[in-house]
Amino acid sequence: MLSAEDWAAIRLTLELASTVTGLLLVVGTPIALWLARTRSPLRGVVGAVVALPIVLPPTVLGFYLLVLLGPQGPVGQFVEAMGLARLPFTFPGLVLASVVYSLPFVVQPLQNAFMAIGERPLEVAATLRASPWDRFVHVTLPLARPGFVTAAILGFAHTVGEFGVVLMIGGNVPGETRVVSMQIYNHVEAMDYASAHGLAGVLLVFSFLVLLMLYSVGGARSFWGGGPR
Amino acid sequence: MTASFHRLAILVSCMGAVFPARADEISVAVAANFTAPMQKIAADFEKASGHKVQLIFGSTGKFYAQIKAGAPFLLLLAADDETPARLLREGEGVPGSSFTYAIGKLVLWSPKPGYVDDAGAVLRSGRFERLSMANPRLAPYGLAASETLKALGLSDALQARIVMGESITQAFQFVASGNAELGFVAYSQVHKDGQRIEGSYWLVPSRHYTPIRQDAVILKKGQGVPAVEALAAYLRSRSAVTVIRSYGYEI
Repeated sequence: MLSAEDWAAIRLTLELASTVTGLLLVVGTPIALWLARTRSPLRGVVGAVVALPIVLPPTVLGFYLLVLLGPQGPVGQFVEAMGLARLPFTFPGLVLASVVYSLPFVVQPLQNAFMAIGERPLEVAATLRASPWDRFVHVTLPLARPGFVTAAILGFAHTVGEFGVVLMIGGNVPGETRVVSMQIYNHVEAMDYASAHGLAGVLLVFSFLVLLMLYSVGGARSFWGGGPR
Repeated sequence: MTASFHRLAILVSCMGAVFPARADEISVAVAANFTAPMQKIAADFEKASGHKVQLIFGSTGKFYAQIKAGAPFLLLLAADDETPARLLREGEGVPGSSFTYAIGKLVLWSPKPGYVDDAGAVLRSGRFERLSMANPRLAPYGLAASETLKALGLSDALQARIVMGESITQAFQFVASGNAELGFVAYSQVHKDGQRIEGSYWLVPSRHYTPIRQDAVILKKGQGVPAVEALAAYLRSRSAVTVIRSYGYEI
């Protein structure tokens, strides 16, 4: 039922979503920690910027990225000066765009988890002469585990469901930027509804299973939740 | 009472003389590539006829899906001739009502002056990273672009450099933003208000690709609506044809 092209799109989507999830956990953890602990006046600004992709239409985000990453844009010029390849229409470009797009879906559950832990356990650990790194590895990380699970699942799922951004900066290159959502759109636009149904069905089942996992084994109490049990 | 009624009746019939038909508001689905000329044509038509025209711009593939789902469009100006034919076959159009309102022309365009020569030799130069075009599966201009590459024997050589927009509008956007150095776009897109825009282009010889016929068809919901028939006729009038040509289409 699924063509070789469809399978290629599925493979690419999974590759993209795993890469992005890994990067997001690395990038999102320090941001979430800072947001959860800081008393800086910048807290509101940073929090709002991180949350922007939830509100902005993906096409707006994609359009800005197309301009920013393009040869006339600041990021594009920086990349060119570094002697690297141009980002739009490439897999690395898509990874970068997806990290921006899915950032709040990772930062917010982590931030909630860190806030739910509170300062007390860390203070106790500090009195036992645990170094900041010890406190992070042996206190924060284990207590925030459900938050990490939620963050990873949401980040992964949200990247799989990404469409508007890919539409704007993807360029439909097979094996590089033609992900599942794009392929479904192509089928629909080409009036090939049978193929669209096949692939859309796969995505529907997949999304349901991911959410089922989130709500049952993930340990998350709510969508954004992920505090310690 | 009767007298005043008569006077009203006379008034109404006088108004009928000014506005030949009842002033209807009609919804027309228009292919995105025909946006600019259609806005002008519709404004002229409204002035001349007193009808109101609501234009909805979008991709022909989406319009097809929406029409099948009962969208309230009365007239479709498609980007191809296949979709109107298919709608007619499926009983969604008024038989015999379809006609070609414009024939699109393909150009290879770059916003940089002097970049594209007038023989398209730049395609063989290999000095560009990205060549933009519309997806051949979705857009007639994309199909024309891929036929052109095939005719030039360049399909395989350039495969890895091609980026595809979902529509000709997006193919244009990729080039205009500088992310692709050049691209196959519609001749109508390198016109603005009847003037050619900046950059360099090669008007691809029509022998390289199947003519891009853009057909219109009156939809079932528009059957017998005078304003729809008037607009369909107006599209073929001399003044509309002048506008259509000034935007880089043939007809």
